[in-house]
Amino acid sequence: MADIKIEKKKGWKDLPACDYLEAGSAAAFETGDWRSERPVWIPENCIQCLFCWVYCPDSAVVVKDSLMAGFNYKHCKGCGICAVECPGKKGKKAIVMEAEKK
Amino acid sequence: MSEKKNLKAKTGNEAMAEAMRQINPDVVAAYPITPATEIVQIFSQFVADGVVNTEFVAVESEHSALSACIGASAAGARAMTGTSSQGLALMYEMMYIAAGLRLPIVIAEVNRALSAPINIHGDQSDTMGARDSGFLQIYCENSQEAYDSMIQAVRICEHPDVLLPATVSTDGFIISHCMEAIELLPDEKVKEFVGTYKPKNWLLDVDHPFTLGAIDLQDYYFEHKRQEIEAMRKATKVIKEIGKEFGQKFGRSYDMIETYKLEDAEAAIVVLGSTAGTAKVVIEEMRKQGKKVGMLKLRVFRPFPFDDIREALKDVKIVGVMDRHDGYNGYVAPVCSEVRSCLYELDKKPKIASYVYGLGGRDITLEMITEIYEELLSGKTDNNAKYIGVRE
Ligand code: SF4
Ligand code: SF4
Repeated sequence: MADIKIEKKKGWKDLPACDYLEAGSAAAFETGDWRSERPVWIPENCIQCLFCWVYCPDSAVVVKDSLMAGFNYKHCKGCGICAVECPGKKGKKAIVMEAEKK
Repeated sequence: MSEKKNLKAKTGNEAMAEAMRQINPDVVAAYPITPATEIVQIFSQFVADGVVNTEFVAVESEHSALSACIGASAAGARAMTGTSSQGLALMYEMMYIAAGLRLPIVIAEVNRALSAPINIHGDQSDTMGARDSGFLQIYCENSQEAYDSMIQAVRICEHPDVLLPATVSTDGFIISHCMEAIELLPDEKVKEFVGTYKPKNWLLDVDHPFTLGAIDLQDYYFEHKRQEIEAMRKATKVIKEIGKEFGQKFGRSYDMIETYKLEDAEAAIVVLGSTAGTAKVVIEEMRKQGKKVGMLKLRVFRPFPFDDIREALKDVKIVGVMDRHDGYNGYVAPVCSEVRSCLYELDKKPKIASYVYGLGGRDITLEMITEIYEELLSGKTDNNAKYIGVRE
């Protein structure tokens, strides 16, 4: 996601009239920066069931060639749903939540 | 106009319904309420008879009526509704949304007192309550003005510099149910005048998807409100231009205000709506006795025509502002407050008095208006609002 933009706020004369927003514009902005916990993927426990991808209320689970491939942290809100839903392997979760540092 | 006038006997409600038939909006969503019921009742008959192409939505409340109009308008339709009093009050929440989303919806409105105590007759407390909603407000003196103003309102609201909704109001029963001979324009002339609604952005335009009404917090809300404020400011010019164009095409010009015998007047009153007609009779009578009285009729209250008012009243010695609503600030009524505020800029300020009359449809007679003029001419006016026609 190299094309993430830093938002430049327009004045009232330049803004489109009324509360008008281009569709899909959230893709261009970092919306996951207020996350307090982040999901961490442990590939060796992953059975590729893609539950995480199904349950993620954002679109923050990255799937490549039909396989779970990690998270898009620019947009992941850290809700932890994926970690709860992840069945993992032999009782070991493939997603765990860790506190955001800094 | 070379054509013969098409004069028809119409009540205010019939006149408004007739204008709506000729405008032929895409969507009308409405809920009945006295004294505005007839407007959409008559209009729904037009829908049933297939003389309009309108999608008529019979909703379960006025809140829903305006909500449906908002949805329709955002989708790209020309949407209208009609209501009065409590109905308008139930729309208040949605009125701010219609204006904030810049949707040019026209409401055929009949002024009626607000409860409590419950009352079905005419005063202007309903639209005065919606004063700060972002709606343009046009007040009509008679059925002809109601008919003409509905047609103009569509153009005004949809003007790219404006994009705001409007109420076009008549006084409950006094105009809404009173039959007058009015001139109706040919269908095709109205069609041509209002044109087709071509919004720049409309939600059903699947090739250009967008989001409307997203949350707008500290970082953008103010800018969007500033745009709305500017639209209201620009509306003055648009209302004047369209009123003038209407006059050139159909012989009846309209402006923000109308003045009557103000040029040499010593005492003037400011009024909204049907009382202007009554006042004209009083002025004629008093002028015969050599009394220099005149009137300023406020046709548009939002935006407030401060420039025109200042210009029209600058040489008058004393002004009485007649409000059909109080406003409860414990001092003077709302129209008076605003007239006074705009005249304050003048070096030579006229004296100003506030008169509240006709609450709950109480009659305003020729005698009462004469008394107001006599009091103004005597110069012995009160500082606080005076109540006309109330039993002490
Ligand atoms: S934490 Fe929530 S937002 Fe982030 S990937 Fe998991 S489900 Fe999606
Ligand atoms: S839910 Fe867990 S096991 Fe299933 S694909 Fe996602 S990370 Fe792998």
